[in-house]
Amino acid sequence: MIDLREVCKSFGATRAVDGVSLRIEPGRITALIGASGSGKSTLLRLINRLVECDSGQILLDGQDIRAGPPEALRRRIGYVIQSIGLFPHWTVARNIATVPVLLGWPAAQVAARVDELLTLLGLDPASYRDRYPHQLSGGQQQRVGVARALAARPTLLLMDEPFGALDPLTRQTLQQELARIQQALGSTIVLVTHDIDEALRLGQRLVLLDHGRIVQAGTPADLLARPVSAQVGDFLGRATLGARLLGQRNVAEILRRGEAADGEALRPDQTLQEALAAFLTRRVERLPVVDAQAAPLGAIRFIDLLRDPP
Amino acid sequence: MTTTAPLRAMAGRATAWARDPLPWAIAGLLLLAAGLPRLEPAFAALFPSLDRPMYRQDTFLALLGAHVALVAASSAVALALGFAAGLFVTHPAGAEFRALVETAVAIGQTVPPVAVLAVAAPLIGFGEWPALIALALYGLLPILRGTIAGIESVPPAVLDAATGLGLSRWQRRWQVELPLALPVLLAGVRTSVMINIGTAAIASTVGARTLGSPIIIGLSGFNTAYVLQGALVLAALAVVVDLGFERLSRRLQRWRTTP
Repeated sequence: MIDLREVCKSFGATRAVDGVSLRIEPGRITALIGASGSGKSTLLRLINRLVECDSGQILLDGQDIRAGPPEALRRRIGYVIQSIGLFPHWTVARNIATVPVLLGWPAAQVAARVDELLTLLGLDPASYRDRYPHQLSGGQQQRVGVARALAARPTLLLMDEPFGALDPLTRQTLQQELARIQQALGSTIVLVTHDIDEALRLGQRLVLLDHGRIVQAGTPADLLARPVSAQVGDFLGRATLGARLLGQRNVAEILRRGEAADGEALRPDQTLQEALAAFLTRRVERLPVVDAQAAPLGAIRFIDLLRDPP
Repeated sequence: MTTTAPLRAMAGRATAWARDPLPWAIAGLLLLAAGLPRLEPAFAALFPSLDRPMYRQDTFLALLGAHVALVAASSAVALALGFAAGLFVTHPAGAEFRALVETAVAIGQTVPPVAVLAVAAPLIGFGEWPALIALALYGLLPILRGTIAGIESVPPAVLDAATGLGLSRWQRRWQVELPLALPVLLAGVRTSVMINIGTAAIASTVGARTLGSPIIIGLSGFNTAYVLQGALVLAALAVVVDLGFERLSRRLQRWRTTP
C-alpha cells in the first residue's frame, strides 16, 4: 500500500505536485489521469524517487521511501515507460534479467524466470530470448518492457503511459494482457495515462489531477455518474459519457434468463456499450445471450439499458 | 550427402576467410616492407639518375615497427586523456568545465603538428619524446569529441529506464551509457589514429625514426625513390589500420546490425 501525505514538488516557479494526499490500495490498478502538465507523471516518479519531493511524505507498506538508498527502493518497484527504453545492446533475455542480475540471483534462476516471463507475455522463449530489441515490433518491445518490470516479482508496478506509442489494435491487446496479468499476480499498479478510455478499461480506481492537485478520485463508475464539476465531466468526455458508463457494466447485469430472441448472440461478459452498439446497428429491441459453449442463456432488452444499475 | 556437408562447411569457412581483406592486407604490408629492397633494380630503372635508388639506412620492417610503436604509444596516451576528460565533462560534477576543456583542446588542434614539434624539440630535445608528446596532444581532440558525442547519443529514455530499474550511477555509466557510446567513441579513436599515422611521418624531422625518415631524407636530398618507398609502406600501413578499425567497429555494433 502506498500512502502519500501532503506531497509537494515544484520545478522553478511551477508547482507540479501541490499538496497531494492519496492512498493507493494494494492489488488494484489505480489510474492517474489528467491533461498534459497536470502533474500525473511527476506524481508517479515521486514514488520511485526519480523525482524527490520538496515536502510531504510517501510511505510504501508503512515505510518512508526515503529510509534507504533510492536504488534499493527502485529494484523493489517495476517501472514501465512510454518510450519503453529497452537496452538496445542487450538481448531480450538480458534486458528482462536486469533487476534479477542487480539483485544477484543465481544464473539458473534468472534464466528460468526470463522464460517464465516471456511465456506469460505471449512471446515464445526459444525464438525471442536471444533477439535484440531492434529485431522486435513496437508491441513486442513493450511486452519485453513489461516483462523486465515484472522480473524480480515486485508487488508494485509504476507505468507511465505504457501503451501510448502503440497502434490502437496493439494497444488494446496489451491492455487486455495487462489486466489478465494483474489479476493473475495480484500486483498493485499505478498507471499514468491521458487516454480516458484506457483509464476506464484498466483502472479500478481513477485519480483525476489538474495543476498538481487531485480534482476527484473514485471508481470509474463514480466519476462517470457523479463528476464533481463540469470540468471533470468535460475531461471524461461529456458527449460520450453515457456510452462510457455503459462500458463499465456488462450484459450479465440486465440478462433476462429464459427469454428468447433472434439474431446474432452476445456473451454475458461483453459490456453494455457493446450491447448498445449491437442494438443500434441491428435495429432490434431484443438480443439473445449465449454462454461460451454457445448454449442459450436468455435475452436482453434495449429498454433495460435505461434503468439504473442495481 | 552426410559426408559432403561438413566438407562444404569447411570449404565455406575457408573461402570466407580467403575473401576477408584484412589478413590479405596485413600480409601485403609485411611482404612489401620486407621485400622492398629486392625491387632495387626496378627503382634503378625508374630513376636512372640516382646513385642509390634504394633506402638502406634502416630496414623498412624496422621503420614500420618504430612507426607503429610511436603511433600506438601516442594514441594510447591520447585515448587515456581524451576519454578521461570526456567522462569528466559529461559527469554532473564536471559539466561546467566542458566549454573550457573543449576550447583548450580545439586550440591545440589548430596549431600545426610541425609547429608543436618545432617548439617541443628545443625544450625536450630531439628523438622520440617530443614526437610522442606532439602526437598525443594532436590526437586528443577527436577522442574527446567522440567520447562526448557518444555519451550524448544515448537515448534519454534508455537512461531513464536504467535509473528507474535501480541501476546505480556507476552501473548506468559502465553497463549502459558507455557500451552504447562505444561506436561513436570508436569513430573518434579511428580519426585520431589515422591522423597520427600521417603526422608521425613528419616526426622524423625531430629525429624520431619512422616511415617518414626515407621521405624526409629523400625530399631534402632530391631522392624521389626514397620518398616513394617510404610513402608506399606508409600508405599500406594506413590501409591496414583503417580496415582493422572497420572490422572492430562492425564487431562492436553487432547488436545494431543483426538482421
